[in-house]
Amino acid sequence: MTLLTPLSANALNVFACEPEWGALVKELAGDIAEITVATTAFQDPHKLQARPSLIAAVRRADLLICTGAQLEIGWLPLLLRRSANPHIQVGDPGYFLAADFVRKIEIPKLVDRSQGDIHPQGNPHLHLDPRNIQRIASALAKRLTEIDRSGSSVFESRLNDFQDRWSAAMLRWEEESASLAGLRLVSHHRSFSYLAAWLDLDIVATLEPKPGIPPSGAHLARLLEQLTPNPPAGVIRTPYSNEKPSAWLSERLGIAELQLPYTIGGTDDVVDLFTLFDETIRLLKEHVN
Amino acid sequence: MKITRALLLLLILSAQASTAFSQDLSAEVQELRKLLGEVQQDYQSRIASLEERLTRAERLASGAKRDAEEAYEIAEQTSIDQSSGLALQNVFNPAIGSVIVARYGNVDQSWEAIPGFIPGGEIGPGGSGFSIGETDFNFTSNVDPNFFGNLTLAIENDGGETKIALEEVWIQTTSLPSGFSLIGGRFFSEAGYINKFHRHADDFSDRPLPYQAFFGGQYIADGIQARWIAPAALLIELGAELNWGGGFPATANNKTGPGAVTVFTNIGGDVGNSNSWQLGLSWLSADIVNRDDGNNGDSFSGDSDLGVFDFVWKWAPDGNPTVRSIKVQAEYFRRHEDGVFAGIPYDGDQSGWYLQGVWQFMQRWRAGYRHDVVDADNGPLFAGTILEDLGSSSKRDSLMIDWSLSEFSRLRLQLTNDRVLPVTDQQLFLQYIMSIGAHGAHQF
Repeated sequence: MTLLTPLSANALNVFACEPEWGALVKELAGDIAEITVATTAFQDPHKLQARPSLIAAVRRADLLICTGAQLEIGWLPLLLRRSANPHIQVGDPGYFLAADFVRKIEIPKLVDRSQGDIHPQGNPHLHLDPRNIQRIASALAKRLTEIDRSGSSVFESRLNDFQDRWSAAMLRWEEESASLAGLRLVSHHRSFSYLAAWLDLDIVATLEPKPGIPPSGAHLARLLEQLTPNPPAGVIRTPYSNEKPSAWLSERLGIAELQLPYTIGGTDDVVDLFTLFDETIRLLKEHVN
Repeated sequence: MKITRALLLLLILSAQASTAFSQDLSAEVQELRKLLGEVQQDYQSRIASLEERLTRAERLASGAKRDAEEAYEIAEQTSIDQSSGLALQNVFNPAIGSVIVARYGNVDQSWEAIPGFIPGGEIGPGGSGFSIGETDFNFTSNVDPNFFGNLTLAIENDGGETKIALEEVWIQTTSLPSGFSLIGGRFFSEAGYINKFHRHADDFSDRPLPYQAFFGGQYIADGIQARWIAPAALLIELGAELNWGGGFPATANNKTGPGAVTVFTNIGGDVGNSNSWQLGLSWLSADIVNRDDGNNGDSFSGDSDLGVFDFVWKWAPDGNPTVRSIKVQAEYFRRHEDGVFAGIPYDGDQSGWYLQGVWQFMQRWRAGYRHDVVDADNGPLFAGTILEDLGSSSKRDSLMIDWSLSEFSRLRLQLTNDRVLPVTDQQLFLQYIMSIGAHGAHQF
């Protein structure tokens, strides 16, 4: 858990479930917001528990921003109930789910636990497409104004500034990543589907036999057999995934193994949303292209 | 073309000497003027038509942009509707979940009472062989913007007879200000650390001895609980419960006032990214009327005061329990009871504690060790009764290993060295715990 900005008297208390949303709030609210982030890049958001420090943080929050699409289903409902905060319950202005503002991909046709720990509304790892960040930023600025009218001019000007810089950055990223189109990769979990959709990458397989089910020896052996005739360029994973299955497969296929930052703090150089995509593209080009 | 003609004419004019063909000259000028006028009109009409086409094109483009935006919104809404449309008919139904458990036990020396303690609730290691345990059905839903409701039914097959127990049924406020919340109904007391968890969430196949001796496994209250969370970075929680119910160890007194009152506090926080901890202190004060020993018809009536201190510490590398994690917890119980048992004045102290550690040593696998003890100091007056002091405390050591293929299924093997009775018993348990339906909550 991290505290992104120091305490101040009239601060807007923001509780962000994941670091990417903490960073987005920082862009749009600047020093007005005192942000607490529930997870780091090294923690799997599926596995969090409603621990005491989070209960205390949600209790004080004016705005709660999470991904949604049931990514936090294991702990967020309990956190909302135990925190005794009437401003951030489901449906309140103080309750903001990024997933409500973007179109989800990989919506499962069969919603059943036999298919693994799947998310019925689609893939929730939606922050790795900068077009989604654009849409969520606009919605978030509106919501910040709704909660804190006195800051509305600040939010609007910061939003415009952010969107200008973001669209310029997107053009640059699209240019820089042109050579990555069609790149074939294996991913540990379906964490990078939105990145793949934007950059036109081809995620040919996941190490997990089914979402949320840890890679088994049998499944890895099958993948090895399947991919040997035409190996992909590399194996990618998040900082919180178990590195052993990626290492095993990449070694046997003779391909690169790459830990992508996935979110803010994933590497020391990723300090905000801009550097997140800068570094992700740079690492992909350097190690896997 | 007309320009060329005009130029040609000009040329001819100038080529012709300035002989005074004045009539011809003015006629030529007239024709030139006419030509220029026609040229001007020609180009003007072309420009006008181009402008019109441009305006039309712009209008079409903005219309197309609007259409595209709308189409995106509609597609978005359709995908949202479709994904929730699967359950549109049941959209206000509660979240329903069930936990299915079963156990195989190898127990030579079972017991249903701990020496020195009046038994209550469901305690003891159970019998040998395969048995389906208690099946829980849980229903939760928001009642309205102000209340949340939770209901758990426990269905058990006890000696061929099916029993349905209302394990929990409470409502909680969701809109009180300033960190306050109220719970009303039947709820798991906040006394102790694991009392508020469902038993199927435990790390061992049964509850620690202090829980069995003092709470009959789990202390469930019928009444109200008020809780307040301080506005601090550390979790500081204060609360109180009023219990009118007869769930062990309380008794149903049929009075206007509650039979038992609990006050509790919890403090918790993080140390860095890898450690989380919580400390709790609770005090349960009860007015006991005829706590039956379930044996000879003897009963205890009097005052009962119980204090519980609990502590839990969890560690995972960088706070990520995907592959490895450690959990250490301990609770200490101390009770003083003062009254009459079987017509004899009783003034006794009992205590108990347990310490357990669970170590997740690789993905999906955990190993655990627990040592639990209870001790009753009832004095010499109760020989031959359930409160007889057998001169030694009851102790156990348990070792367990469990395997969770996903967070919804768990298999466990447990070995217990049971010294509750004066005879030592080696016990073995194999159990499965499976969740279906709505996703359960990751309680700390």
